[in-house]
Amino acid sequence: MSTSSDSPHVTRISGPIITASGLAAAQMYEVVRVGASGLIGEVVKLNHGQATIQVYEDTTLLAPGAPVQLTGAPLSVLLGPGLIGNIYDGIQRPLPGIQAQSGAWIRRGEKVAPLDTERRWHFVPVLRAGADVEPGQVIGTVAETPLVEHRILVPPELAGTLRHVAPEGDYTLLDPVAEVATAAGPREIALMQRWPVRVPRPIRERLRITEPLVTGQRIIDTLFPIGKGGTAAIPGGFGTGKTITQHQLAKWSDADIIVYIGCGERGNEMTEVLREFPEIRDPKSGLPLMDRTILIANTSNMPVAAREVSIYTGITLAEYYRDQGRSVAVFADSTSRWAEALRELAARLEEMPAEEGFPATLPTRLAQFYERAGSVTTLAGERGAITIVGAVSPPGGDFSEPVTQHTQRFIRCFWALDSELANARHYPSINWLRSYSEYAGDVAAWWGARAADWSELRAEAIGVLQREERLQQIVKLVGPDVLPDSQRLILFIAELLKDGFLTQSAFDDKDMYCDPVRQMTLLRLILNLYLKGRELVQQGAPLLKIQQLPAVPGIVRAKSAFGNDEQAALGRLGAELAAQLEALAGEYRK
Amino acid sequence: MAEAKREPRDYGLQQIGAARIDGPLVVVERARDVGYDEIAEIVGEDGRIRIGRVLDVSDRQVVLQVLEGTTGLSNRATRTRFLGENFRLSVSADMLGRVYDGLGRPIDGGPAPLALERRDINGMPINPTARHYPREFIQTGLSAIDGMNALVRGQKLPIFSGNGLPHDRVSAQIVRQARLIDASVDFSIVFGAMGVKHDVAEFFIRNFEESGVLARVVMFLSLADAPSVERLLTPRMALTMAEHLAFDCGQHVLVLLTDMTNYCESLREVGTARGEIPGRKGYPGYLYSDLASLYERAGRIVGSTGSITQMPILTMPSDDISHPVPDLTGYITEGQIVLDRDLTHRGVYPPIAGLPSLSRLMKDGIGKGFTRDDHPALASQLFACYARVKRVRGLADVVGAEELGALDKLYLKFGEAFEQRFLNQGEDENRPIATTLDIGWETLSILPRDELHRVSDALLDVHYAQGVAAAASAKGDPL
Repeated sequence: MSTSSDSPHVTRISGPIITASGLAAAQMYEVVRVGASGLIGEVVKLNHGQATIQVYEDTTLLAPGAPVQLTGAPLSVLLGPGLIGNIYDGIQRPLPGIQAQSGAWIRRGEKVAPLDTERRWHFVPVLRAGADVEPGQVIGTVAETPLVEHRILVPPELAGTLRHVAPEGDYTLLDPVAEVATAAGPREIALMQRWPVRVPRPIRERLRITEPLVTGQRIIDTLFPIGKGGTAAIPGGFGTGKTITQHQLAKWSDADIIVYIGCGERGNEMTEVLREFPEIRDPKSGLPLMDRTILIANTSNMPVAAREVSIYTGITLAEYYRDQGRSVAVFADSTSRWAEALRELAARLEEMPAEEGFPATLPTRLAQFYERAGSVTTLAGERGAITIVGAVSPPGGDFSEPVTQHTQRFIRCFWALDSELANARHYPSINWLRSYSEYAGDVAAWWGARAADWSELRAEAIGVLQREERLQQIVKLVGPDVLPDSQRLILFIAELLKDGFLTQSAFDDKDMYCDPVRQMTLLRLILNLYLKGRELVQQGAPLLKIQQLPAVPGIVRAKSAFGNDEQAALGRLGAELAAQLEALAGEYRK
Repeated sequence: MAEAKREPRDYGLQQIGAARIDGPLVVVERARDVGYDEIAEIVGEDGRIRIGRVLDVSDRQVVLQVLEGTTGLSNRATRTRFLGENFRLSVSADMLGRVYDGLGRPIDGGPAPLALERRDINGMPINPTARHYPREFIQTGLSAIDGMNALVRGQKLPIFSGNGLPHDRVSAQIVRQARLIDASVDFSIVFGAMGVKHDVAEFFIRNFEESGVLARVVMFLSLADAPSVERLLTPRMALTMAEHLAFDCGQHVLVLLTDMTNYCESLREVGTARGEIPGRKGYPGYLYSDLASLYERAGRIVGSTGSITQMPILTMPSDDISHPVPDLTGYITEGQIVLDRDLTHRGVYPPIAGLPSLSRLMKDGIGKGFTRDDHPALASQLFACYARVKRVRGLADVVGAEELGALDKLYLKFGEAFEQRFLNQGEDENRPIATTLDIGWETLSILPRDELHRVSDALLDVHYAQGVAAAASAKGDPL
């Protein structure tokens, strides 16, 4: 395998990090091919013609002296029709293609093109020759899936006059569909373009967040809402339900496109998504969810360097759809595994570690990732958004560790999962005291237009839960029986809020998705009981009488008894309760 | 390296001399064409052959990890021969019923089996698109598992235990009793022991013998007195064997790995010797990825009828579930069965903790068409009520059980019944799932019907036993 000393060759191998010499011409972050089987790697450090290379595949039996080839381009993804519904590994190799080529196991040196370049797509032009085009402008459209109309854009760095646009018809991804006369000469545009993953795609400007991402999950939408274009973190120890929460959000969020990055997690979880999403129907269109979803799967046993890059691959695909004027939601499960990949690579690079062995660049890297979210005006002047929800897996469930701490600096919505709630099978196990959302004010107007009392109800519910927490301190010492009825009412209402509102089963057909109207109806039902009950207790009615009203057991069951289309039945329950409360009030009215 | 032959081969280049020897590591200079992760034979003046593995290679030096100890090696006289391949295990179905050491060499006195294929023990990642999602319920005959934390075929479900807790007895009982509900297919068993004591290995061998499964077991034993670095390879041997039996021979394989804590300690030892930057508690930063490369070798794949179900056992140092080993394991495996010291003290066997135990794949393997339609709601209700029991007990410790309200007293009664009737069972008692569920309803019926929010009225009508609650409160005394 030895080569002459001046041609690029490997000099050292330590797991996924290798060193090669003879690379004075290499650029930072350039992609290289290593060894006879052409393993894919990326240049991460240069020193007098010595390059340090991060290899995305297993380096077993690679020996010093193996040849290294430069490709001249940074690590890039292919962007075009065919992304939706696909599942990729961290460096955008399609897993179904790998399966077709090599069977059930992922071998080394697999080479499969990310997009099918032979398939023909039906292109419909929207501009004519002679038009002046700006970067990011829409030239034409392709129906990618029944849910997604794919817009073919002028690449970000291109502007000029359209010399030619292809007529409506079927084209492959490589066929030129337009030609632009630019200052630097004519340039062809195909259905497909390329973009380096570590570089954010340009936008015109950032916008203020005004609209919530409706997730259909009560505790999120009502108590801790996230805006379209916002950032959120879900930290939680193992078994607290991070992945189920992420799956629920990916299923029911009202984003146009979902990018789900399974980063260093379980293989079976990705299989579950692959099996489930084609079966589940989008609540609005009735079409399979897979028609709006892109999956990136770099499971925990796949090469660690590819795990590091999978986050960037995912976010770049999201930006491409945002630039088409879409609202995209990115779910990254889990950012801790990604941070661990950074740590592992940094250790191999012999970098000086900062906190707990993580590289000193960890906060910067986290910030760079979360800052690629946002509600924006695209280059073409349309509104697009990327919402990022990152799961965090703190060791031992301890939120004071570096990844959770630094993540908290760059997100505005924090859904803290709690192992005590999870142990009691209270799901989603989002702790209402430790979680927060800075978007509540931003989206209040949106909610106000749908439920005028949203802000009040929300504040009231949070108030009850906070007072309950304080009372529980006393209860733990002396038991509940010594408390006056007015305080035990709070305990009772808090219990109803937990059982009848905050818990929501991901496996209950009627309750897995709760639309905003029903969320408010359920909350109003419980808080009405609270307000009326408070008056009654003041007038001297014993709490027991309120607890024993015939309609009360129905409140807890209402969430799973009546679905989104059974508002009338919910209304009847509310009326029944009101009547019973009124009758009780009659007894105690002076 | 399944070859039993121990004479140095007389072909290939030998490197004479070792520049540096440090703990399990040997550094050899001026070796040519050595690949990363390649194996080598290392011979000292004593003539004994040791197996080594390449951890780092450059054009100047090769860092080798010696698996069988560096005692007797010297700078001057160490001879190293690189073998041109990475670690492999010869596999064949004939290996069933046999016992091997931690490096895959037979130690039961029998001949090396006739093997058709030599496999890279590191395996390859399974493509997520080629996995079958596991959902066939395995009845273990233990109520605490079947009822509350059901195991499905192709799952990886570890047992988190502590020193002195009966994890060996529990796992042996599972091996004896595990069946699919409607089929009589037997499991083949691959048993990997890392750094366990001789009597533990003995216990398992005797158990396999008595239950008549010995002919269906392959054992890889790296016992407590074997060099610790050897343990790094033992689970990989076991899993390579399991993959052959499952995906080439179409068998259903149950893999027991004990004790993963010892495995992780060996990993730490090697990391320290290499001068790596340590992570939490001195364990290497890549512990998660390393464990994942083992645990992820479970499951079912498209195009094969076989399956690998993994049950790793680990002891939590000072019963601390947030220790890196159980913590990272829990993040990779599909749930965990946690053994509880307090339950053991109170004579409950199996002492499976009600709340921290979890099976993530349970939801898809139980219910109508799998076990019984009432199973999911029952399990969820039992969890919720038992969580309340824990709170009430905390309160009772402070104010005294006498001072509790009537409802809280019922919860105490329920808690007692749940532990003594539902969790507790004999070591030979193999409960069918229907019995497990019926006992569950019996204990729940101690509580008033209105307390059971997680069960629908329709199910309560069928299963809730009227009058038990009233009888329980009539008896007055809370315990």
